[in-house]
Amino acid sequence: MAGAGGGHRAAPRPRSGMSEPAPVRRLLIAATLVVAGCVLVLPLASVFAEALRGGLGAYLASFRDPEALAAIRLTLLVAAIAVPVNVLFGLSAAWAIAKFSFPGKRLLITLIDLPYAVSPVVSGLVYIMIYGANGVFGPWLAAHDLQVIFAVPGIVLATIFVTFPFVARELIPLMEEQGTEQEQAAMTLGASGWQTFRRVTLPNVRWALLYGVILCNARAMGEFGAVSVVSGHIRGKTATMPLQVEILYNEYNHVAAFAVASLLAMLALVTLVAKAVVERRAGAAAAQITTTEVETEPQRREAP
Amino acid sequence: MSIEARHITKTFGAFRALDDVGLTVPTGRLMALLGPSGSGKTTLLRIIAGLEQADYGSGQVLFDDADVTVRPVRRRGVGFVFQHYALFRHLTVFDNVAFGLQVRPRKERPDKDEIRKRVGDLLRMVQLDTLADRYPGQLSGGQRQRVALARALAVEPQVLLLDEPFGALDAKVRKELRVWLRRLHDELHVTSVFVTHDQDEALEVADRVVVMNEGRIEQEGTPDEVFHRPATEFVMRFLGEVNQFHGRVDAGRVAFADVELDAGDHGRLAGPARVFVRPHEWEVSLAAPSQAAIRAVVKRVQSAGPVARLELRTAEGALLNAELPQETLERLGLAVGSEVHVTPRRLRVFAADRVPPTPGV
Repeated sequence: MAGAGGGHRAAPRPRSGMSEPAPVRRLLIAATLVVAGCVLVLPLASVFAEALRGGLGAYLASFRDPEALAAIRLTLLVAAIAVPVNVLFGLSAAWAIAKFSFPGKRLLITLIDLPYAVSPVVSGLVYIMIYGANGVFGPWLAAHDLQVIFAVPGIVLATIFVTFPFVARELIPLMEEQGTEQEQAAMTLGASGWQTFRRVTLPNVRWALLYGVILCNARAMGEFGAVSVVSGHIRGKTATMPLQVEILYNEYNHVAAFAVASLLAMLALVTLVAKAVVERRAGAAAAQITTTEVETEPQRREAP
Repeated sequence: MSIEARHITKTFGAFRALDDVGLTVPTGRLMALLGPSGSGKTTLLRIIAGLEQADYGSGQVLFDDADVTVRPVRRRGVGFVFQHYALFRHLTVFDNVAFGLQVRPRKERPDKDEIRKRVGDLLRMVQLDTLADRYPGQLSGGQRQRVALARALAVEPQVLLLDEPFGALDAKVRKELRVWLRRLHDELHVTSVFVTHDQDEALEVADRVVVMNEGRIEQEGTPDEVFHRPATEFVMRFLGEVNQFHGRVDAGRVAFADVELDAGDHGRLAGPARVFVRPHEWEVSLAAPSQAAIRAVVKRVQSAGPVARLELRTAEGALLNAELPQETLERLGLAVGSEVHVTPRRLRVFAADRVPPTPGV
């Protein structure tokens, strides 16, 4: 607020200043719907249309293919590893950043965002540079008969990399805003560090955490670029669902490709619904917090 | 349990929040740490609680002669009440109060019925037993602060520490709660320290008041002592309104404005001095009194309330504030423009050889 006097606005703004004339409004809404329809809904619908083109029988038969099943299993495995790892990391990073001050804190926050900024292909290549046959750890890994690149560990690592910021990013602002007073209160009441975390910190961030997990999971299952680089596309072994879609599509096996793609599309829909539900719950929780703050405006001292 | 803090120094970067402070709170007393913001009072309280550590190598905190300086906060057995309550907002009132009992190790933890009984007793004591199932977000500020107090008392602390406990409440609730806190203390007799920047609160509630300024203790004493016998100019100015004059002390007499008076206890000072008179300590008369008096004209009368407040302009052009009982105002028939003579019934003189501290607001 720029007003030096800090007085209240005398009257609400006239309504016409806030909203456009009715025809303009309708036009804008219609344009938005058309664009959203063409860009978002149509492709999604066509995924299912293509998948079912050969009939339900052909659609279901696509999932009896051992390679498709292997791709689904691999994707679930990767997500089952990457998501918990990122939850663990996200919680500890957010905890450290929000509750303590230490040198390099801002740098760490920036670093967490790195996977957002860098192209997934680049992150895949970086892993090859590090763990590949000619990479930094390559000879050591080869000597111990460990394969990272063109194998499941590489896919997991690349997925963890690209999903790195999702949980931490959701938690950091919330935990910073909440401060440490409740934790301090818990400690004065005799709670240990773990009790404080489990009984105070975690319940306070549960919706943000869940939100982060949903986004993290969607990305972990859907990641293509980085995984594509490190996977080696070994059918039935290192092909995740997105890679399997590409393989099938390149072989002009459209029904099978779109059948697998339809699973990913369904994952997206489930993610959207879950996200909306969590947002609503988190919004309700936030509203409760807001009412908490209403009466806590510090009072001025009345005496001179 | 008595509390003692010795030689506490605390710096935040270049800022010295506490400078070699020592403090003793005898068992069962209710002590106020009073001072403007930035005076170090909250920092001192947090160091006593263990939420903050004194600078490395400086100072000691003792509870009943036991050195607790390095004891972590959760083992100090203190009840701490935060200015903004710090209630667990995802827990009900009941669970907030029960928290301290529920986190105890299994063998020290009371059983469920015992917890329910103790929490119930505490909630009755703070008159919130009907709201046990509410969440903090559904309570008023005053109710929240009482939950916070019940929660702190649930662990049966040896020491109760309150950081601006009523600072976030509106004036009326604040007044009620401080009377209530005093009564509660008289019942429980747990050694308590509370931080405040409100002098009325400190003077009304506490057994002893410690006035702090810029990381140091200016004065410690009973409310009467600090109010009536301020040890320093800062205390004088911080505890109530003052009229200030520049003057001189010479041979037991103090000269200021256009009067010269007996300096009384302050006679041993000599040289430039600052003279303070509280508004209610002026003797106002229409006729010139026998004693030396300042001549002034009434510029403003504010008579709504039990005490009438006058703004006076002296012959020298300085403005004075005076407070009179309503009856005196009526008896003298004072109005804007009246010419009066004022002389202090009581004055305090401090040597003017150092830069005056300015109390923050």
